[in-house]
Amino acid sequence: MKLKEAAKTSERFTGGHRLCSGCVAGPVTNLIMRASKNPAVVGAATGCLEVSSSIYPYTAWKDSFIHNAFENSAATVSGVEAAYRSLKKQGKMEEDFDFIAFGGDGGTYDIGFQSLSGAMERGHDMVYVCYDNGAYMNTGIQRSSATPKGANTTTSPAGKVIAGKQQYRKELTDIMAAHNIPYVAQISPFKPQELMKAAQKAFETKGPAFLNVLATCPRGWRSRAEKGIELTKVAADTCVWPMFEIENGEWKLLYKPRKKKPVEEWLRQQGRFKHLFKRGNEHIIEDIQEHTDKRWNYILERCGERQ
Amino acid sequence: MVKPGDGYKDIPIGGLILDAGNAKEYKTGGWRTKKPILDKEKCINCHLCWAFCPDISILSEDGVVSDQIDYDHCKGCGICANECPVNAIEMVKE
Repeated sequence: MKLKEAAKTSERFTGGHRLCSGCVAGPVTNLIMRASKNPAVVGAATGCLEVSSSIYPYTAWKDSFIHNAFENSAATVSGVEAAYRSLKKQGKMEEDFDFIAFGGDGGTYDIGFQSLSGAMERGHDMVYVCYDNGAYMNTGIQRSSATPKGANTTTSPAGKVIAGKQQYRKELTDIMAAHNIPYVAQISPFKPQELMKAAQKAFETKGPAFLNVLATCPRGWRSRAEKGIELTKVAADTCVWPMFEIENGEWKLLYKPRKKKPVEEWLRQQGRFKHLFKRGNEHIIEDIQEHTDKRWNYILERCGERQ
Repeated sequence: MVKPGDGYKDIPIGGLILDAGNAKEYKTGGWRTKKPILDKEKCINCHLCWAFCPDISILSEDGVVSDQIDYDHCKGCGICANECPVNAIEMVKE
């Protein structure tokens, strides 16, 4: 769908929400909601998006929205879907609905992981969207299992003892693919058409679908507000955040940079990696580069692309 | 919509918010220190600013980007100006 045409769809997520200035969760949610063709039931796990889009007595959602605890947005939405299926079977409802659960990386990778895994395994006809900003930003930038190695957070503080988070991030997209669900995609908002296309595919898929979307957090990444979208492009060009989809077990690469850039370019623009450029920490950047290359080659291989 | 001073009889059961999308009535424009100005002469109508705006403040009517930006909600992040391929958007101090 061309953006010009996309702009003619109705607004489902409104302005007046209180996400920070430059928060990329805003455009991600807006575009995904616009890709849905049916009225939707939305649930959101505790996180920035939830608390800032539904501050009483205001709501930024034009669809039915269910406020959730941290761990159960997938469980709640799967329950709604099951109830809807039953009502439809009894002939009490005819209209089609989309069932969407939103979660940040904390509510998806960590706390909501078991309910997400359960909902996907049970095969509910729903879409789970994770907007991944790489830490618990809502509560004040604590590390999550999505935080990249080397990042300075309040629970992995860079100092004399450690240089930021010591572990690599978890590859949740692969874990969701291992659930053998019909549609999984890891995407990025700097390609809005690809994002909407993936969302549309997810909505049209019968059965569970999972979208993992990179969303810049200027507060937590210590980056400039206007660089939000640019950074997601740098992430794709440095192969830190590869874009791919897995449709019925078939891996497909969605973006291949013309020239792969070194990870320094990604690290340098964010204050959370500032300490990595101090003397004595060069080896961490080398480690991150090596890890990124390995992961990129693995994805190329899975997608049947040439290295 | 529930207003300050409303009693329990005025509030919908369960604390439900019955006006979908009423966040629009809440103005976040006061957060801004710089405001975007769109130059329609340079604009190529690519809609990237429309897609990237976190506050749904770039408006489009019948497939044409409007130079009337929703300043009631724009927080002045500058993503639109940064991403515009032809530099048609300028950030000006309030």
